[in-house]
Formats: sequence, structure tokens, C-alpha cells
Amino acid sequence: MQIIFATMSRLFFVLMIGVSLFMLFRGHNEPGGGFIGGLIAALGFALLAMARGVETARRALVVHPVALMGSGLLLAFVSGLPGLLSDRSFLTHWWTEIGSTHLGTATTFDIGVYCVVVGGVLCLVFRLYEGIEQ
Amino acid sequence: MNLVYAFAIAAQMGCGVYLLLSRHGMRILIGIVLLSTATNLLIFVAGGLRFTAPPVIEPGLQVLAAETANALPQALILTAIVIGFALVSFAAALMLKTYRSVGSVLTSDHVDAEALGSPFDREAPRNA
Amino acid sequence: MPEFMNDTALLWPLAIPLATAAICAAAWAYPRAQQGASLAGLVLTLAASLLLLDSVMSQGIVTKQFGGWAPPFGISFVADRFSAAMVVISSVLALAAGIFAIADVRRRQVKAGFYPLFQGLMVGVNGAFLTGDIFNLYVWFEVMLIATLGLITLDRTRAQLDGAIKYAVLNLFSTILFLMAIGLLYGVTGTLNMADLARVLPQTEGSVALTVSAMLFLLAFGIKAGFFPLFFWLPASYHTATIIVSAVFAGLLTKVGVYACFRVFTLLFEVNDGGIRPIVAFFAAGTMLFGVFGAAIQWDIRRILSFHIISQIGYIMLGLAIATPLAMAGAVFYIIHHIVVKANLFFVAGAIHRATGTYDLRKAGGLMKSSPLLAVLFLIPALSLAGIPPLSGFWAKFMVIDASFRGDMAWIGALALFVGLLTVFSMSKIWIEAFWKTSPRKVARVRAVPVAMLVPIAALGLITLAIGFNPEPLVAFANVAAATMTDPAEFIAAVFAERQIAGATP
Repeated sequence: MQIIFATMSRLFFVLMIGVSLFMLFRGHNEPGGGFIGGLIAALGFALLAMARGVETARRALVVHPVALMGSGLLLAFVSGLPGLLSDRSFLTHWWTEIGSTHLGTATTFDIGVYCVVVGGVLCLVFRLYEGIEQ
Repeated sequence: MNLVYAFAIAAQMGCGVYLLLSRHGMRILIGIVLLSTATNLLIFVAGGLRFTAPPVIEPGLQVLAAETANALPQALILTAIVIGFALVSFAAALMLKTYRSVGSVLTSDHVDAEALGSPFDREAPRNA
Repeated sequence: MPEFMNDTALLWPLAIPLATAAICAAAWAYPRAQQGASLAGLVLTLAASLLLLDSVMSQGIVTKQFGGWAPPFGISFVADRFSAAMVVISSVLALAAGIFAIADVRRRQVKAGFYPLFQGLMVGVNGAFLTGDIFNLYVWFEVMLIATLGLITLDRTRAQLDGAIKYAVLNLFSTILFLMAIGLLYGVTGTLNMADLARVLPQTEGSVALTVSAMLFLLAFGIKAGFFPLFFWLPASYHTATIIVSAVFAGLLTKVGVYACFRVFTLLFEVNDGGIRPIVAFFAAGTMLFGVFGAAIQWDIRRILSFHIISQIGYIMLGLAIATPLAMAGAVFYIIHHIVVKANLFFVAGAIHRATGTYDLRKAGGLMKSSPLLAVLFLIPALSLAGIPPLSGFWAKFMVIDASFRGDMAWIGALALFVGLLTVFSMSKIWIEAFWKTSPRKVARVRAVPVAMLVPIAALGLITLAIGFNPEPLVAFANVAAATMTDPAEFIAAVFAERQIAGATP
């Protein structure tokens, strides 16, 4: 493996995770959101897997991609429940304002989407890369 | 303008169907991709093409200004692209897996499903 | 609390499988936990769908807007009697499959994601039954498709990969056609809400785009449901999956296509005008005939049953082709009967495989002596499928064929009777080869069938018997369901009567 690529991959990985989180939280009033953030984060992990092997990327992710997907889905589902209690309407979101930023159950939903996208994409990417490595 | 789009969609769909009829697995897959992009374009055109403003409510106003674009077709296309992307990548992985285990992407070599429990397999004993 | 449950009844048949799928996926490393969560989820889903059926029976059509956006802008979810019945029967089947899975699903298959995918499939199926938005229906179709692709390749054998490719390509093609139809329909009407479409379309002038859209819908659902010239992917792929997956597919997937067909061609397009009727009649006749012919030559139980799915779809489409309320009622009855019976036959095939070690009828045999209970349990769905009185299939066939003689389609009724005869041939073939004849093997090696396999088979058999001996309630139910389907006014009123502002509880 090329030394430059392998060394830089760590830097890029950290950068991409940072950008993805920025995108995730920016998505409330401006373009961005869980889906795009998730894709960027998944790209970061895919880069790490390409440079340093799938095993390293799997360890960096800590949990299994499918488990991440499941937790994300659960989080998104749970974020719809408060609206059910107040308005009898699933996915009607609650909002609060802290200073100038809006926060609400929609943020939880977006984090859920983020996890689902990271898990889903990596599930496929790791499988494909492992096939190449063999 | 509509006619140009119509021809573009027709050409793309034609290419998609042509590739779909191929025997090569990857060509079939690319055919599917072409067909689904052509369909997205079709939704876009069906939603109406006009020169309009972006559908964003200006600060201080309560309703949309007149002559704004219809956001719904774009939302539909976005959904369709995301779903299509997931399915095509899954299908590509499937094709790769098949290539690794069968050793060929030609559909003429994919005979395992048909061979499973085939009625023409004479080796099985009949009423021993 | 009861009021709260009543108010949100439409949500739970969707939400519970979704949450279960999420929990099963999150518990990726713990197969035991997945099994427990899956079973609990299936029981809860069944309870929720019974609750939904109850509120539909007492209040008429139930609607819900997710996120509280008023129709036609938000996505409506609607349950009338037909869709509520479909949700209940698919939950029953899913629970049966869940119990069967205890005995049948191997550790490797759990590792490949059986439980999350199975629950994901149930989300897609229930979503497709309950949605009131045509684009949302497309989304549920895709959810189903991705879950089924995962399920069909559970063992990753060569035959499964091969079958999955055929399945994937044809079904992707079908969803593209579906999407095109939606695009054209949206271009003409400017709305996607089914109730709104039903309101707008009768006032819309007929155009080429509308006709093309209707034909594309028919083709797309035809591929999904397995109509005559488009069915070839089905017998090429279903028999490769592991038996429990085949059973669920056989019971539910084609029926979702049929359900969508009924929705679109009662609510949006009229079968009677526009020349759709002769096409549907032709499709129905071909589907019945070629399905049963295809089955006649096969020796593998799964392939025989796969071809029979197709021929039975023909009977259901017959109801749509005749399009009188009587025929529609027959079709509703037929779908409910068929989901139970067909899945049960696949479960029996799984039990036969467990007992004899083979699906090939030429190699099987001697089960009459070694497991007489299984023989009885096979006879119930098999005779019901063939339409022998007094089982449920007899009443289903009777209603459809009766309607075809009363309508002006006697020829297709006669054809249906002939196909019934050939069905008896196939079923007696399985009976003679697997149960009656002595085993062709020198050393008979018959394994015991586990209780977890026999329980769902017996339970579904009991449902068949119950419908057979007391068809009156279901016939009455089907009549009302058909009346609601053929008159869109009630559907439209129900969706738009939904209170506009979320939170203003009555």
C-alpha cells in the first residue's frame, strides 16, 4: 500500500467524520442533513478500509454495520413517538429553542438516519472490499 | 422544449431496453440504471417545465411567492434516486457474488436454479 | 388508553414490525435475542392488526396522516375492510412462519440476517396494504424488494444466487414501469393521493398519457403478481429459497401485487371502460391455464407449488375481470383463503423435506405409514386448494365461478372448472408419491417432524377448516368489502374528513 495514501487516510478520515457531523447538525435550516452526513461519514470509513484494510475500518466503527443500522432505525422510530403522545400523530415533531438554534425530536430522527446510512453503505462496502482483499 | 426531452427520454430508454436484452450480467445492470434515470427524467418533465423561482418562502412572508417551481417532482425523483441507488448497488453486489461462485456473468451460464429439482433429470429413480 | 389505541390503530401494524426489525438488527450478535424479539414482535403485530380490523368493522374506513399534514399534501394511510383483512391474514401467516422458524432456521441463516430481513419484509407488506398514496406504495414495494432479495439469498448457494438475479432484474424492471406510470399519472392529474386521484380522475378528460399510465400499472403489477405472459421469474426463483422464505413469499408477495392491482383498478381506473377488461380476462385465463400446465410436469414439490401460485392468481384476477360486486367479493374471499392454504402447503413441503430428506417426489415416499398426522395435515390444504367441498377453496371457487356465469363470461368459468380438475391431479400426485407409495430407498430413514413445524401447519389447517365449515361470516365480510371497493365515494370521504389540524382530538 502506498505510504502517502496510508498516512493521509487517517487525517482525511478524521476530517470527513468532522465534516459529516457538521453536515448532520447544519441540516435543520440549511442544506445538509442526516442522509448527506451519513454518506460522507461512510466515505470516510470506506477510505480507511481502502488504505489500511477492512479490519482496521471495522475496528474504527466499533459496532457491526448492521447493528449500527438497526440502532439508527430504532432511534428514528423512537423520535416519532413523542408526537404520538401530544398530537396522536406519528412523526409530528417537538421543538425547543436554545438561543438561536432549533432543537427537537427531528434532530434525533436525523441522527437515526445518519446511523442507518453509515451502517447500510458500509455493510455493502466492507463486503465488496473483503472480496477484493481475498 | 418538451419534444427535446421526449426524444432524450426515448433514446435513453431505448438504450436501456437494448442493454437489458443482453446476456451479459453487467450490461443488464447498466440497462436497469439507464431505464431508471430515464424514468426520473420522465417524472421531471411530467411535473411541468417552466422558468420559475425556487420554492422558498422569503423572510417576512407567510406564503410562497407566485410562479415558484413545484418541489414535489424533485422530491419524488430524489426518493427514486436514493432507492434506485440502494437496489442497484445490491444487485451489483449480487452479480459480483454470482461471478465469484459461478465463474461467469453470462446469464446463459446461470443454470443452477433451473437444474434444482428439474423434471428432466433422469437419474432419479422412478418407483424403485 | 383504549381511546388512544383506537385513535392510533392504523400506526401499529406498521410500527411494530419496523421497531422489531430495528431491534433484531441492533442485536446482530445475539441470535437468541433476535428470535425472542421476532416472536414477540409477531404476536404484537397480530394483536395490533386485529385491533385495526375491529376499529374498521365498527367505524368504517380508518385514515391517518403521518406527521399531521393535511390531505392531499401529506401521506395518507387508509384502512378499509379489504386492507385490514389483508393485514390480519398476513400477520397470522407471519406468526405461523415465526413459529416454524424455531425448528427450521439454522444458525448460519440467522447470521445472514434472517430475522431483521423477515421483519423488514413484513413492514413492506403491511405498508403496501395500508398506504393511501400511490408514490408511497412504490416506496413500500422497494422496501419489500430489498428485504426479499436478502431473504432469497440467505444460504448463498449457487442456485439461490442465480434465482435471485432473475428475481431482482425482473422485479426492478417492474418497479421502473410502476414509477413511469406514477410519473405520467402525476403529469396529468397533479396529485398522488389515491383518494384525491379518485376524485380528480373521473373529471379528467381521457388522454393517451392516462391510457399508457393504466397499461403500465397493469404490466408492473402483473409482473409482481405473476400474470400469464409475465410470470416466468416466479418458478425460476421461488424454489431456490429456503422453505420458510418460500412459504412467506408464496403467501404474501404475489398477493401484494394483486392487492395493488385491485386498488388501482377500482379506485383510479374503471375496468369496464377503456378496454382494460378483455385484457384482464385474457391474462386471467392464461394465468390459470399455464400455471397449472407448468405444475403438471414437475417432480419437485416446491416447483409444483410455485406453478400453482400462478394458476391461483388467475382465479383472483378473474374476479377483477368480471368486476361485478359479486365477483369482487369472490376475489376477496379467494385471496384470504389462498394466502392461508398456499403458505401452509409450503410448510408441509418443509415438513416432508425434514422427514424424508428430499423435495423430489421420485425419491420420497412412505410418509403415510411413518407420519400419518402429517398426511392428514397435508390433505386439508391440498384438497382445499383443489376446491373439494366443504373446504375453504370450494367456497372461494364457487363464488368466483358463480359470478362468471352470472356475468357474461361463461367461457372463463368453464376454464376455471377445468383448471380445478388439473389442480386435483397435481395434489394427488404429491399425495401418491410422497405419502402412499413405499419409500424407494432400501433403508428407510424417516426423521421425526418437530412440533414447532406441526403447530403452524395445524393452526393454518384449522383456519382452512373453520372457513370451510362456516363460510357465512367471511362471505358477508367479503361482500361488504367489495361494496366499499367498488364505490370510491366512501373512500374519498373518509380521507378528506380526517381532521385538518393534528391534535384536535374529538
